[in-house]
Amino acid sequence: MTRWAMVADLRRCVGCQTCTAACKQANSTPPGVQWRRVLDLEVGEYPSVKRAFVPVGCMHCEDPPCMHVCPSTATRKRADGIVTVDYDLCIGCAYCAVACPYQARFKVDKQQFAFEHAMPNEDQSEKRIGVATKCTFCVERIDDGLARGLKPGVDPEATPACVNSCIAKALHFGDAEDPQSNISQLLAENQFFRMHEELGTGPGFYYLWDKAP
Amino acid sequence: MSAPQQHWDARAAANFMLGGGGSGLMVAALFVADPRLPVVLSLLLVATGLTAVWLEIGRKLRAAHVLFNPFTSWMTRESFAALLLFPLGIGSVLAPGALPFAAAAALAFLYCQARILRAAKGIAAWRAPEVVALVVFTGLAEGAGLALLFSAERALVVFFVLAVAGRFLAWRRYRGAVRSAALEPAGRTLAWVGTAAAAALLFVPPLAGLAALGAGWRLKFLLVTRAALKQEFSLPHLPVRGTR
Repeated sequence: MTRWAMVADLRRCVGCQTCTAACKQANSTPPGVQWRRVLDLEVGEYPSVKRAFVPVGCMHCEDPPCMHVCPSTATRKRADGIVTVDYDLCIGCAYCAVACPYQARFKVDKQQFAFEHAMPNEDQSEKRIGVATKCTFCVERIDDGLARGLKPGVDPEATPACVNSCIAKALHFGDAEDPQSNISQLLAENQFFRMHEELGTGPGFYYLWDKAP
Repeated sequence: MSAPQQHWDARAAANFMLGGGGSGLMVAALFVADPRLPVVLSLLLVATGLTAVWLEIGRKLRAAHVLFNPFTSWMTRESFAALLLFPLGIGSVLAPGALPFAAAAALAFLYCQARILRAAKGIAAWRAPEVVALVVFTGLAEGAGLALLFSAERALVVFFVLAVAGRFLAWRRYRGAVRSAALEPAGRTLAWVGTAAAAALLFVPPLAGLAALGAGWRLKFLLVTRAALKQEFSLPHLPVRGTR
């Protein structure tokens, strides 16, 4: 089985937000909606202050609370672990937004563009108005790449836009079930954590914080 | 630029207030000699609450899709309970023998509302297991309070006292598990107005009922809106760069 997952190396992320911009460009999200965000955190007290940049978004959980609460079955999980939203089924109740512990869901009620008129990359269709939206792991790129025999996480054309854009090689994507994959190697060589493990959601997003002991 | 919605607002809160009170009233109607008027009011309240939440959804013409996931979604189950509640409630107006079945459907509706909050893992004030008893007892106390506007029979008064006491205990238990600054004033109102004053006012049953109702609705409104703080991010480890 395949389990697509993402790895963020917190030691490498410089907080440049290029992934955020790449995601907005690739997915044409409206103003205020950021499927890929980078938190800028300061931790500690002077003189022991540390700063961390933390990419966040949909964690494509193993046991997604958003899917369980969804009354319309619009939110589903594919066999490869990607959590999807069917915009034609979603009723826009925002229950998934309050069920997600990662603040990954957005719903906008009217069409908005960055400037007065839609830019060429901006989505002008109504399909994502009044429904829940979130990071898709650029599922269309993955599926299209696989159909062409490419390897997600290795071949850029089959890899999420945020990962491709990362200037510091902090973001990685791959198959967590394949012990030879890029991300499995990273997880074997480093110490990592997943956000809010205590909630039992099983996030498909790993954060590297130190080399393995 | 309008901000993307990530929370529920007063329209969703109205469903919990009116739907909770309305379903509680259906249960309390079991203790009223002539339950027809309370039953009609109960159905009106539940219908108004559902209409309010319908106004919140983004795709109103797809509202029927809410019925698609009874396997895991408490929102779908709440809708099914409502679908049972209305014919049974109307039936109990015509044939009082149907009232226990309508009350059972109302109880199921109320329980589903409580589980809707419990299943929302993104909000600490909702996902606590203690929220279930709080929402159920709040609905029952509100419903009993409303029923006191119609009748003051001994059985109803006993039900009211038990529901209000149960709500107070459920609140204490919930507060022991969840500390929410947004709920503290409403919690005090619940204790002093909704419980102590309601008990003291029992010699004027409608006043006691209104005190219990108002305090419960205030608490639930704040629970669904102001206390609904999203789960924040946390880092169990900081990145180790260069020196340790």
